[in-house]
Amino acid sequence: MTTLFTSDHEWLRIEGDVATIGVTDYAQSQLGDVVFVELPKVGRALKKAEAAAVVESVKAASDVYAPISGEVIEVNEALAAEPALVNSDAGGKAWFFKLKIADTSELGGLMDEAAYKAHTA
Amino acid sequence: MLARDESPLKRTPLHALHVARGGKMVPFAGYEMPVQFPAGVLKEHLHTRSSAGLFDVSHMGQLALRAKSGKVEDAALALERLVPQDIVAVPPGRQRYAQFTNHDGGILDDLMVANFGDHLFLVVNAACKAEDEAHLRAHLSEACVIDSLSDRALIALQGPKAESVLAKLGTGVTAMKFMDAGPRKVAGFDCFVSRSGYTGEDGFEISVPAAQAEALVTMLLQNPDVLPIGLGARDSLRLEAGLCLYGHDIDTTTTPVEGALEWSVQKSRRNGGARAGGFPGADKILAQFEKGASRRRVGLLAQGRAPVREGALLFADGATGEPIGKVTSGGFGPSLNAPVAMGYLPTPLSATGTQVFAEVRGQRLPLQVASMPFVPNTYKR
Repeated sequence: MTTLFTSDHEWLRIEGDVATIGVTDYAQSQLGDVVFVELPKVGRALKKAEAAAVVESVKAASDVYAPISGEVIEVNEALAAEPALVNSDAGGKAWFFKLKIADTSELGGLMDEAAYKAHTA
Repeated sequence: MLARDESPLKRTPLHALHVARGGKMVPFAGYEMPVQFPAGVLKEHLHTRSSAGLFDVSHMGQLALRAKSGKVEDAALALERLVPQDIVAVPPGRQRYAQFTNHDGGILDDLMVANFGDHLFLVVNAACKAEDEAHLRAHLSEACVIDSLSDRALIALQGPKAESVLAKLGTGVTAMKFMDAGPRKVAGFDCFVSRSGYTGEDGFEISVPAAQAEALVTMLLQNPDVLPIGLGARDSLRLEAGLCLYGHDIDTTTTPVEGALEWSVQKSRRNGGARAGGFPGADKILAQFEKGASRRRVGLLAQGRAPVREGALLFADGATGEPIGKVTSGGFGPSLNAPVAMGYLPTPLSATGTQVFAEVRGQRLPLQVASMPFVPNTYKR
């Protein structure tokens, strides 16, 4: 299992041909208190860089982009009921959606943890 | 790094204190202001409703209006040439909400006007203060002397514990009622205190000499009931209270009648009143009092959880048709634990309970016209 990061502050956990995607702890700290999460529909084919989900704080709405292309195979319904999970456990329970990876070569452009830490430092 | 052609941001006398308290500073109306503190918008909002919140509103404009005759009534009569409110009837020690109107009946700014016995004290919006001052000078200089009180800071202490917190430092504040205003000693400093605010809560606004602002705020923040509050929670608090944000919910294109602010225009200034009309745009505004306006500012409650934000278009139908209005303020109401918004709708669709739809990310979400305030106010009347 590998964890990768984007410069837009998303994380991807890669298990076989499935990527689980969420936002980083740094992202949630910048967003502030999350009050609403909108998730993509299961079955939707996402293209890399396409707006896939929305996360809203009291102040503003922010898009979560698909870091890679793929089909949405599962979404985290718990987030709709408890958006504050994004603040309390961004890297764990607050995963957003799972993608069936369309093109593994797209993973090459992503950062590992050390590179992401340097990016947010 | 400053962008080209961008003048440097101004700082309030409390800037260093905000930074020391971990305030996240953002540009707002030409000032560097805290949008939130480490507690975050949600906790700051809820803390203000349950205890007491301290706001720096020193970016707002403070002005003194003195009649050359020396009589405050003459300053009031002069100001009535620019606002549709009855200023003459405001007794010493009281303040009133008002609007500067333009010749089309639109609103140039909204403001507070207090009678300090021998002169009027005005508080205007930060983004409009230079224009407001020029407007006053252009129209009232013959009768009045206008002083910009730029050497004063302005803070707001809001929430159910505001009274007990301020009573420890100030004399006579517990006896004040909602919209009482006047000079008071607070912590020994020469302040102007009004029992008012922008949150829907009981509370005070305190004008303090700039040189003493940090000392006063430091004393207030030493009380464990008080947290510093940023602009983020200030906005969510005023939205839940149904209060207009100038430049968003009211502006030069909206009249006081369209803005659902009829309550703020006293009978004496309406047709048949003792001093009817005589303010810019009176013909249009007074005609709207008789015949109504074609559109109206309303409160909107979403049926779902998705916040509906400023700029969202409003529709009568969930699937077809052209937009009928627009959301002018919207977000999440932490006390209501639900999305709240306000916007303009055609008057026939402005009745409480009417269902309309807001377009959010390509979808039309159902909303209901709701009476405001969304959260009951707790003013001490």
